[in-house]
Amino acid sequence: MRNTRATQLLFELSRPGRRSARLPAADVPAVPLETLVPRAALATAPPPLPELTEPELVRHFTNLSTQNMSVDTHFYPLGSCTMKYNPKRNERLASLSGMVDLHPYQSESTLQGLLELLHDLQEILAEISGLPAVSLQPAAGAHGELTALLVAAAHFRQLGQTRTKVLAPDSAHGTNPASAAMAGFDTVTVKSTPAGYVDMDDLAAKLDGETAVFMITNPNTLGMFDRHIADIARRVHDVGGLIYLDGANMNAILGITRPGDFGADMMHFNPHKTFSGPHGGGGPGAGPIAVSETLAPYLPVPIVTRDGDRFRLDFDRPHSIGRVRAFFGNVGVLVRAYCYIRTHGPEGLRRVAENAILNANYLLSKVKHIFPVPQGDRCMHEFVASAQKLKSDRGVSAMDIAKRLLDYGFHAPTVYFPSTVRESMMIEPTETESKETLDAFAQTLFRISEEPPDLLHEAPHTTSISRPDEVRAARQSLVAWRAAK
Amino acid sequence: MPYISNTPADQQAMLEAIGIGSLEDLFAAIPAELRLNRPLAIGPALTEMELTTHLTQLAERNSPAGKKVCFLGGGSYDHFIPAIVDTIASRGEFYTSYTPYQPEASQGNLQVFFEYQTLITQLTGMDVSNASLYDGGSAVAEAALMAISATGRHGRVVTARSVHPEYRQILATYLANLGVELVTVGAADGTISPAELQAAVSRDTACVLVQHPNFFGCLEAVDELTAIAREAGALMVVSVDPLSLGLLKRPGDYGADIVVAEGQSLGTPMSYGGPYLGIIACRDQFVRRLPGRIAGETVDRRGKRCFVLTLQTREQHIRREKATSNICTNQGLFALRATVYLSALGPQGLRETAELCLRKAHYAAGRLTGESSFQLAFAQPTFKEFVVRAPGQDVAALLERACEAGYLAGIALGRWYEELSDCFLVTVTEKRSRAEIDGLATCLEKLTRPMVAKKKTHA
Repeated sequence: MRNTRATQLLFELSRPGRRSARLPAADVPAVPLETLVPRAALATAPPPLPELTEPELVRHFTNLSTQNMSVDTHFYPLGSCTMKYNPKRNERLASLSGMVDLHPYQSESTLQGLLELLHDLQEILAEISGLPAVSLQPAAGAHGELTALLVAAAHFRQLGQTRTKVLAPDSAHGTNPASAAMAGFDTVTVKSTPAGYVDMDDLAAKLDGETAVFMITNPNTLGMFDRHIADIARRVHDVGGLIYLDGANMNAILGITRPGDFGADMMHFNPHKTFSGPHGGGGPGAGPIAVSETLAPYLPVPIVTRDGDRFRLDFDRPHSIGRVRAFFGNVGVLVRAYCYIRTHGPEGLRRVAENAILNANYLLSKVKHIFPVPQGDRCMHEFVASAQKLKSDRGVSAMDIAKRLLDYGFHAPTVYFPSTVRESMMIEPTETESKETLDAFAQTLFRISEEPPDLLHEAPHTTSISRPDEVRAARQSLVAWRAAK
Repeated sequence: MPYISNTPADQQAMLEAIGIGSLEDLFAAIPAELRLNRPLAIGPALTEMELTTHLTQLAERNSPAGKKVCFLGGGSYDHFIPAIVDTIASRGEFYTSYTPYQPEASQGNLQVFFEYQTLITQLTGMDVSNASLYDGGSAVAEAALMAISATGRHGRVVTARSVHPEYRQILATYLANLGVELVTVGAADGTISPAELQAAVSRDTACVLVQHPNFFGCLEAVDELTAIAREAGALMVVSVDPLSLGLLKRPGDYGADIVVAEGQSLGTPMSYGGPYLGIIACRDQFVRRLPGRIAGETVDRRGKRCFVLTLQTREQHIRREKATSNICTNQGLFALRATVYLSALGPQGLRETAELCLRKAHYAAGRLTGESSFQLAFAQPTFKEFVVRAPGQDVAALLERACEAGYLAGIALGRWYEELSDCFLVTVTEKRSRAEIDGLATCLEKLTRPMVAKKKTHA
């Protein structure tokens, strides 16, 4: 039963004089505030926050939560985001007081258990990536990209080389060019072939002595493993450049192939995707990076090192780029990733990749009859289907299909990315979904494809809202509630 | 495998539907010579019981706040977290959802973001806020990049030694390849000297970036510093402690252009430094230069009020290399926690929390320096942190011994400030009791008592 009052804002529910939290009286001598802080620094009144009781707050937020789709409640095949099941044991263990109530400036002697865990995680990520040196500091995948590009810049500065260009394929995540720009590089786009691979001629034309880094996602955003990867790496290395692997799609290759073995010099992991950190409505993530021996000196500080049976933080790294984040990193996410990896072990991680690929290929085999998959009959962990034919025949867009899926209790795939496929729907089922769920999803897509276009244009019909006016949102730019005058 | 549904029979049926013979055939696209032909060399799989034992053993080798009395701060704080914050944030509908790309399936998150943004504007007195950044440190760097692009001044960013040293390190790392000079003015008496700032600011300065209360806990002369920035046409960027705003004047009220903060204080555990919450808010005129997600109000096709991600043309998935930032994943879960926390505290609760911090910290400063050889390093007014000078002491060793006695007593400052190598930073939150503060004072006094005096007591 939907609660119709659930969409009032905190500020509309507020009534003067209501309270939730109460604080103890001060147990230290009361002295006038003005003797502690100059009057000029003090506000005349506290900030005008809303005033509500605890029961009101619980009902408000609980009702809001029911207006979300989530992995716990729905199939969430959002391509590129790896929305797999988030194990509950990881939540419990990451919340142990001995893990969560730790201050970043405690002495190492009081942190030996955590430092051991983080040290082990560095080694595990080095093993999975095939790259020997790891920094756990970056806070998200894009942050890992930026960090690695700053590492690359420091490396070339050390060599006395001026390299200004970062190359990335047209199918790359938007974060790749954005990170390159933030790191001070010019970005150059390399074309993809119709089959979704790097266009080798275009790459050859754009590679030169100015090339610092080629950023590649492999498997790529079309769900294809680029079989030319070793050749690509050789060509980039031949001009003195580095290969950066965007690790967003590591779920497909865990234990099967390693970026360091196919030519990558640096990469990031997305533990919130591959190792199932909960996505939290947009975050937290983490973005640890792994790099080659050559690049290791430039990693941010600190790194966890081992001296016999003691673990310590190594700050003494004179070539380090410095820091990209305060303190150690997104430790809570890293602890969950560690729990996830230890639950699976070497065989288990390989099973993750196998079943992620199996589920994606199975779903592809069902979907391709309704929505063609331009890249062909095989994929890795995800695939990109096109609604172009339905669009031309009956005017039904990928967006219509995405919206209608919500009515049937499925989250939508990623739509309109990558832009190299028209009316694209990027579908990533993940390994944690059952065959029955995939069958139901495919049947629903088929059913939707036969529904009247007018019904689809106005979908969804069962959610609390439908088709918000995004143009109006951008135009009026109303991004905070204001009290009515 | 615990989280995989496919049985061998399922797998067989699926392989047949695909039209291939074995799982191995799925990897046909990966050239054989690139495959890893051995198991990964990582630890064996653990059951839930085994993993629980393993993690519990690791956790037992750490000493959390609670087992030791925590007087550590410097950007991460042991504040009280009401139960309602954990209850709400642990709802799967919130924590297992993702960025609200489909607004119809994400009104819960989008409304929370909109409420969060509103709360941040109320807290800071600024016009607009985004829906979160990674942490307070990277928020400082994002604010500087924003100021550079907003002013079109690529000459310099001026900051001070009283800003968190790690935040300044991040800033330096972010600016390293952009050709922008980072100028750092001193803070010899614990705060920025306006004259020194005046001398450092020029017509090519994009922003003045200060922290208030600063890293030493001292209050900066923000009105005067803002006037200096303003006069030079530079933006005023202030990094604040959000809880201090229960008492102190809001940045919007003294003319700041961009406000950033570490939001961990607002309902997020210390968690050894992360994940945290990066807060960034600014004046209306800069909204299109804000990095990260922003939720905005609109109406749906039936005219009902609702919320969407808006102004997306700033963002990397649309603008690629021309985006205001590369940020994609943010800290939505901690924006939720801050939203619940701030609405649970309300204006009175926030004020009382800030007052408790202030009063207890001043009591502690008096107790620690009263009868011992310790002194306050700076005479400036402080909020919840203060710097203690322990003349002639090996501070690191002293703090280590205090730790053995049950106190996380403070942060040695020598690693960042050579001239403060006999100093440590003490933080007192609302959670610390008078008894704990007295206990710390007694402990430190004992540890520093000269040996002769000790013998005398025993005689």
